[in-house]
Amino acid sequence: MSNVESNLHSQTRWQKFRASNLGYSFLSNKVAMISMAVFVAIVVMAVFAPLIAPFDPYDPRQQDIMNSEMAPIWWAGPRDFTDPQFILGTDAQGRDLWSAILYGTRLSLMIGVCAVALQAFLGISIGLISGYVGGRTDSLLMRLADIQLSFSTLMVAIIFLAVTQALFGSEVFNRYAIFFLIAVIGVSEWPQYARTVRATVLAEKKKEYVDAAQVLGFGPIRIMVRHILPNSVSPIFVISTVQVANAIISEASLSFLGLGMPVSQPSLGSLISGGFEFIFSGSWWITTIPGVVLVVLVLVINLLGDWLRDVLNPKLYKG
Amino acid sequence: MSLLSVQGLTVKFAMRNNTVTALNDISFDIGQGERVGIVGESGAGKSITGFSILNLLSRPGYIAGGSIMFDGQDLTKLSDKQFRTIRGNRIAMIFQDPMVTLNPVLTIGQQMVEQLQAHRRVSRKDAEIIAVAKLREVYIPAPEERLKQYPHELSGGMRQRIVIAIALLLDPQLIIADEPTTALDVTIQADIMELLLELCESNNVSLILITHDLGVVSQMTQRMLVMYAGRIIETGGTREIINDPQHPYTQGLINALPQQTLPGEKLRQIPGNMPALSAIPPGCPFHPRCGYAVPTCRTVRPELRRHGGSDVACIEVERLHGTTPHKVDYA
Amino acid sequence: MFAYLVKRLFQAAAVMFAISIVAFAIQDNLGDPLRELVGQSVSEEVRQQLRDELGLNDSFIEQYLRFAGRAIQGDLGTSYFFKEPALDVILRKLPATLELVFGATVIIIGLSIPLGVYTAIKPNSIFSKVVMGVSIIGISIPVFLTAILLIFFFAVELRWLPSFGRGDPVHVFGYWETNFANWAGLRQILLPSIALSSIMLPLFIRLIRAEMLETLDSEYVKYAYAKGLQTRRIWFVHALKNTLLPVITVGGVQIGTMVAYTILTETVFQWPGMGFMFLEAVNRVDTPLIVAYLIVVGFIFVLTNTVVDLIYGLVNPTVNLSRMGA
Repeated sequence: MSNVESNLHSQTRWQKFRASNLGYSFLSNKVAMISMAVFVAIVVMAVFAPLIAPFDPYDPRQQDIMNSEMAPIWWAGPRDFTDPQFILGTDAQGRDLWSAILYGTRLSLMIGVCAVALQAFLGISIGLISGYVGGRTDSLLMRLADIQLSFSTLMVAIIFLAVTQALFGSEVFNRYAIFFLIAVIGVSEWPQYARTVRATVLAEKKKEYVDAAQVLGFGPIRIMVRHILPNSVSPIFVISTVQVANAIISEASLSFLGLGMPVSQPSLGSLISGGFEFIFSGSWWITTIPGVVLVVLVLVINLLGDWLRDVLNPKLYKG
Repeated sequence: MSLLSVQGLTVKFAMRNNTVTALNDISFDIGQGERVGIVGESGAGKSITGFSILNLLSRPGYIAGGSIMFDGQDLTKLSDKQFRTIRGNRIAMIFQDPMVTLNPVLTIGQQMVEQLQAHRRVSRKDAEIIAVAKLREVYIPAPEERLKQYPHELSGGMRQRIVIAIALLLDPQLIIADEPTTALDVTIQADIMELLLELCESNNVSLILITHDLGVVSQMTQRMLVMYAGRIIETGGTREIINDPQHPYTQGLINALPQQTLPGEKLRQIPGNMPALSAIPPGCPFHPRCGYAVPTCRTVRPELRRHGGSDVACIEVERLHGTTPHKVDYA
Repeated sequence: MFAYLVKRLFQAAAVMFAISIVAFAIQDNLGDPLRELVGQSVSEEVRQQLRDELGLNDSFIEQYLRFAGRAIQGDLGTSYFFKEPALDVILRKLPATLELVFGATVIIIGLSIPLGVYTAIKPNSIFSKVVMGVSIIGISIPVFLTAILLIFFFAVELRWLPSFGRGDPVHVFGYWETNFANWAGLRQILLPSIALSSIMLPLFIRLIRAEMLETLDSEYVKYAYAKGLQTRRIWFVHALKNTLLPVITVGGVQIGTMVAYTILTETVFQWPGMGFMFLEAVNRVDTPLIVAYLIVVGFIFVLTNTVVDLIYGLVNPTVNLSRMGA
């Protein structure tokens, strides 16, 4: 009985989705649908990496230096060896590339999402306060946002991580690298959110229902979170997609410079970095395959972001 | 022969999964030197009429039928290149908001000279002399200095005067003015209208004045069109219509004027809103808001026909004015 | 105008002050200058005496003021590794980085404006769709990966272009050597410049396209059509001018961002510039050099932002600089 009911419910939801602007545009946009499918596939593989991966890339006992630089099984170069165990070949330590990529994608995605969650939390809080309180607090916070934006995130991250690494030594740094990465990527891009949210707050503050809520004696936090925030959901959503893509790129870049995830616990960036020198000796796959995965992941997120912006942003909608 | 003759003009907007008719079978004529007002609520299709004459409809709008004869030429059949010789040259347009019509990064002089040079072979120097003369005609003080200024350095009223001067720059035969004073201060509105009237009269220019302000129409124009939901519902001499409106909608518009209301009395507004273009009701589009509607109004689309001093699209107009010989049935 | 200039310079000075505090805090916490000076084999008493002499026991503020005073005179400490003033090391590496930034900027400006404008005025043409498709792929590939792929194809596989280093740049004046004087030099700088421009170029194409589309939709463009102007004049005078104004502001910020990307590009191509030097300094824990780099890069950021703001004020007639100072 309950099954039937939930089925009915989900069906009406599906119909609602199809009828909505978002749903219509999604179902009539092949690029958006394919991107979504690829994105979901990558996320599922990343989440279930421990179940899918044939090897544990973090376990040095499963790596045999005798297996190093095995080519992908379809690649039969004259000087290359292959092994059916290693579908995508192995890296210089003899680590199975397929397993390493699965775990690496998992790490990259996790860092990207957590960093953006942190950005969003900071940015939304600051934006709400700035817009709601106004006056001097507002101008100070927005000045800070200007200055923060004028500095490149990557630059700030590189310097922060470089100093942290020098300060703590690479052993301690490597152990906590994931937290440092999330913190530095998360802290530096808050103004994106803060500006958007502040603009909505300023627009909504003038409207009658906010006065009404104040008259009814609701506290400022309740008014902001329950009444004003829902109005900025779609811009926040659009920003977040782009930011996740950027965060993944930033993480990869930092790891590539040796300021991110260590080779023993590689993200996609550190895998690419680790394989770079072997490009000259012909073992292209160690760098290229994780590179392709990274690009595809970022590309589908960007494509989805573009599509969302076109659908949700009324300013662009008229175009 | 009339200067401009619009016949059966129909404009549609291609939406996501249907097309919306924004103008439905519009016909009217304007003689040389004649001034015609187009009146209606916002969304009635007034501005679209103006823009479609100059083929400046923004996408997804397009002319789906009808003809626009201007001085013997069908404007709907012109190529882009041919149209360029009409726009700004023989038909000029005055836009609603002077704050956003002038390009912010070009000086007034540049914007006047470029138009002259687009249509005449004149040197920059000569063009500037003509520009100064036209600025003087619209009573702009120190016109030589204005040429060097940017739009943001001037007030709204001053900018609209400049837009009028630009409209007159090439001595056009017809000016289309789309709500030329709505964006201005009330105190300046009358000045601008007076100026426009004076210039049209002295230059024998025809004028299409698009407005929602019946007072302005009664002062400025000789004939008027009343539009509702993309159709003309009443047309005739301005004085006749203002004094004796035939269509219930026109009556409503005139009764809603503050002058028609005694002090202390509430404004007599027409109840309800104009329907969205995608949801125009069958029959007479006004029937849901009409106090005189009978069941037939819901099914029969009224055609324009002569009654009183004007042409009116209302099947019940005789009953309304008690001009029918048979007994009126108020049931 | 003057008031605005003063205000802007004051703001720049405030940001520089914040950067110098951060830089000093890093120097204060990172590495022990004594160890560098005398090594481990000195007794604790001698150490304390030395600390007093060097002023290392003074308060934070006193030490900072000394640091700032020296920094203003151009003394940013001595590199542990190079055994020479840190600022000299950086200035020696600066031309290589600036030439790289210049090469990338030429590519970005030369391609983004025509492509951005074209995709805006002909949004439905096949070429526009290709440009937009390539752009979104472009912003999805990290700079370092573009660099690696360029090396793999053009240097390793096709052997058309050199894979790393600056080659033999031609000496111009002072210590400045350039890659733009001859063909061999250009071959060296081509791949790194393309790599460095690879993320900014698509961003700028998209930005210019979006701004241009918005401008083409504006009232004054519609009015320009109603005036009977030539389409080309409307595109390139009425629309383009308004399009490029906001692009200048964004462009200024992006020049700063490009400095960060030079670190990545220089690392992949082993380009002997500041960025490559910085990473080496980090690996060697060469604190004075790290701190000096931080200050120089911070200065470049502040300088470009200030200059761009001023240029924007001069170019845009609607910004009244004399009023903005109030």
